[in-house]
Amino acid sequence: MEGPAIRIRDLRKAFGPNQVLRGIDLDLPSGAVTVLMGANGAGKSTLVKVLCGVHSADAGTVTLDGRPFAPASPAQALRAGVVTVHQNINDGVVPDLDVASNLLLDQIADGSVGVASGRALRQRARGVAEAVGLRLDLGRPVAGLPLADRQLVAIARAMAHKPRLLILDEPTSSLSAAEADRLFALIDRLRAQGVALLYISHRMSDIRRIADRIVSMRDGVVSGLFEEKPLDTAGAVRAMLGRDLSDAAISIPAAGRVILSMAGIVLRQDALPFDLTACANEVVAITGLVGSGKSALAAALFGQSAPLAGTMTLDGSPYAPASPIEAVARGVFLSPRDRRANALVADFDIARNLSLPFLRRHSWGSFIRWRSEAAMANRMVGEMGVICRSPRDGILTLSGGNQQKVAVGRWMSEASRLLVLDEPFQGVDIQARRDIGAKVRATAKDRATVVLVAELDEAMEIADRILVMAEHSLAGEHRNQNLDLSAVMRQVTEAQQGAAA
Amino acid sequence: MSVRDLAIRYGFILLMLGLVAFFGLAASGFLTLPSAIFILQSVAITGILALGVTCTLVVGGFDLSIGAVATSALMLSAYVMVVWEMSALAAVVLCLLMGAAVGMINGFLIVKMKVPDLLATLGMMFVLLGVQRIPTEGNSIATGMALPDGTNATGVFSPAFLALGRLRLWNVLPLSVVFLLVIAVLVWGFLELTRHGRLMYAIGSNAQAAALAGTNVERYKVAAYVISGVLASVGGILLAARLGRGDVASGNNLLLDSVAAALIGYAVLGASKPNAFGTAIGALFVGILLQGLTMLNAPYYTQDFVKGAVLVVALVFTFALTGQQIRRA
Repeated sequence: MEGPAIRIRDLRKAFGPNQVLRGIDLDLPSGAVTVLMGANGAGKSTLVKVLCGVHSADAGTVTLDGRPFAPASPAQALRAGVVTVHQNINDGVVPDLDVASNLLLDQIADGSVGVASGRALRQRARGVAEAVGLRLDLGRPVAGLPLADRQLVAIARAMAHKPRLLILDEPTSSLSAAEADRLFALIDRLRAQGVALLYISHRMSDIRRIADRIVSMRDGVVSGLFEEKPLDTAGAVRAMLGRDLSDAAISIPAAGRVILSMAGIVLRQDALPFDLTACANEVVAITGLVGSGKSALAAALFGQSAPLAGTMTLDGSPYAPASPIEAVARGVFLSPRDRRANALVADFDIARNLSLPFLRRHSWGSFIRWRSEAAMANRMVGEMGVICRSPRDGILTLSGGNQQKVAVGRWMSEASRLLVLDEPFQGVDIQARRDIGAKVRATAKDRATVVLVAELDEAMEIADRILVMAEHSLAGEHRNQNLDLSAVMRQVTEAQQGAAA
Repeated sequence: MSVRDLAIRYGFILLMLGLVAFFGLAASGFLTLPSAIFILQSVAITGILALGVTCTLVVGGFDLSIGAVATSALMLSAYVMVVWEMSALAAVVLCLLMGAAVGMINGFLIVKMKVPDLLATLGMMFVLLGVQRIPTEGNSIATGMALPDGTNATGVFSPAFLALGRLRLWNVLPLSVVFLLVIAVLVWGFLELTRHGRLMYAIGSNAQAAALAGTNVERYKVAAYVISGVLASVGGILLAARLGRGDVASGNNLLLDSVAAALIGYAVLGASKPNAFGTAIGALFVGILLQGLTMLNAPYYTQDFVKGAVLVVALVFTFALTGQQIRRA
């Protein structure tokens, strides 16, 4: 390691009366990966936005290689050598252009590369791609690439600026394990080249894999710095929460009678058929890589697309929903993944977001009964522990974890037969995750609950039973007690012949 | 509340009151009942169309065909009465059905055929502008006009029909203004007080989320275009009743004026979204402005310029001021 590339002293930032950064002191050394941990609302994103020129600080200094650094715009930050790869991968690429044009986008934008010269453009783009070990057909449109490749394109493009500091904001949240490995390999290369890396993530597996040091943030200050190997991840979590995390040990209750039964289900051409049952008073987690078929299973359960073969029964009677409307009518609720895209109505306040699926219940004929809606909203805000001033606050004023509580709480305001939660912990800090998990388990008595998660850690926190999904079929089944982790991981990563369930 | 919040919320209303005060001082006779009635009457038809287009804006769509639907209703009602010699009731019913049918086709093109809303309704606009002229070979419709087969049309606009556009309740309040007020209240109530309106707003903000919450998104979208089509045909009927003839040249400004009213409505009370109350105020605003300028003897050709300037100011209110309000840590 060399000296610090970035030195931050007493950095402060407030939005109106809300002090978000209260004096950050932080060094980011060259050639090291600094992982930044913090609960939703701790100020991580504000810190990143100050560094990459979106916000300007109210007080404090930042120096980059010893020189003062106070970018007035993202373009200035970029020129100074601070490059950010955002969580939303598609913010970093132009889908309609080919890979070569995307790699040289900044040069095209500032006019140093003419667009017309196709061959020269490819030539320069190849240089950019090879610098980071990216092997892709440069003529392909980015829209045709998988997410992981798009992200690598965005990073390669960023690297063309010869960055001093590369900020990665939850870069693996949409990637499969194999794709994440490619990203980690690239990070290793950049570290060896002496780039300072700031890596923001909630994922323990990522942190263990790449962190050289961990910085915890809480309430706008750095609450912990961990540099000694082996890194004290438990200490980092404690510093981020300000206290010990209560144990999420599961005591498995006796399962009730069978509610959902699936037999001979085929989710995709050439996938092996599988059976699945879920009982009352039971929380079943289904884990597997991105692309292993969890989404297809959710779509089948919620009537978005029927399975290719097989039968489903719900409470003993045939269940073949043709649409989410039918599924909801039968008491099958699904809280979708990616809350911003699939669940939240940005223009609505908390109460309206909560009442969306069950407006009829809060109506007299066609007319909305405001009191009924407000009573339900107050109840759910309390039950889910949503931190807000009032249920009439706009949904986007909440932090990510609280938004997720609303997205899940929407489906817990009415009794269901089967509750499906697709990635309920996406972009949610560990405390909110525990809150949601505890709430789901506490209300599970009269329904079957199916939780779809890519992270095994998350499955172990919430489930009575863990099923492993691979190749669009079930590859294993485990009771969540004295779990044989290596066996689970083997089933997650290896496609198995013959479904075990 | 900060100054900015106050400006966002009440700025536009204040602007309107200021405008009224200015015209009241500058033009004698502006602050009189006949002048007020005239303003209302002048905005009745565009207001009704604007309320329809508001419904399509709410679901995240747009209806460019409303002006053409209105002029088609104008020509259809004239044709029904003058050429087919049918009753006023038949004319009204056929026009409303035509409006509903156009809305259904628009909705079908957008929802099922996946044609983008602007393109589908633009196409529909051209189709209607053409279709309405074919039966009369491009001529206006009036009693005594020569028909393609050589005879003359003998039908007349029935008095009952003309009353729709010309009758004044208690000799003061034009019936068309009553229609505007009633429709405005109905659309407002539908959008703000019913669960159907709520779901339409949800669709406009995040259709995917609405669908995954068990909403029949396609049906609501089609319904929005049907509402838009029917209200546009109502506007056309009132225009026909006011003119008393099927004038091919009328209604050129209807589309742009009503879209402007709906967009100005975004700024009223800081709504930042399509809303019925704002649309009605927006229509009124344009009416006040034009009436005032007319009374001050401003030339007619400055009107579009002034309307455009107002629209731009309203959009600045909506997007520049409120856009900075939502900002999170």
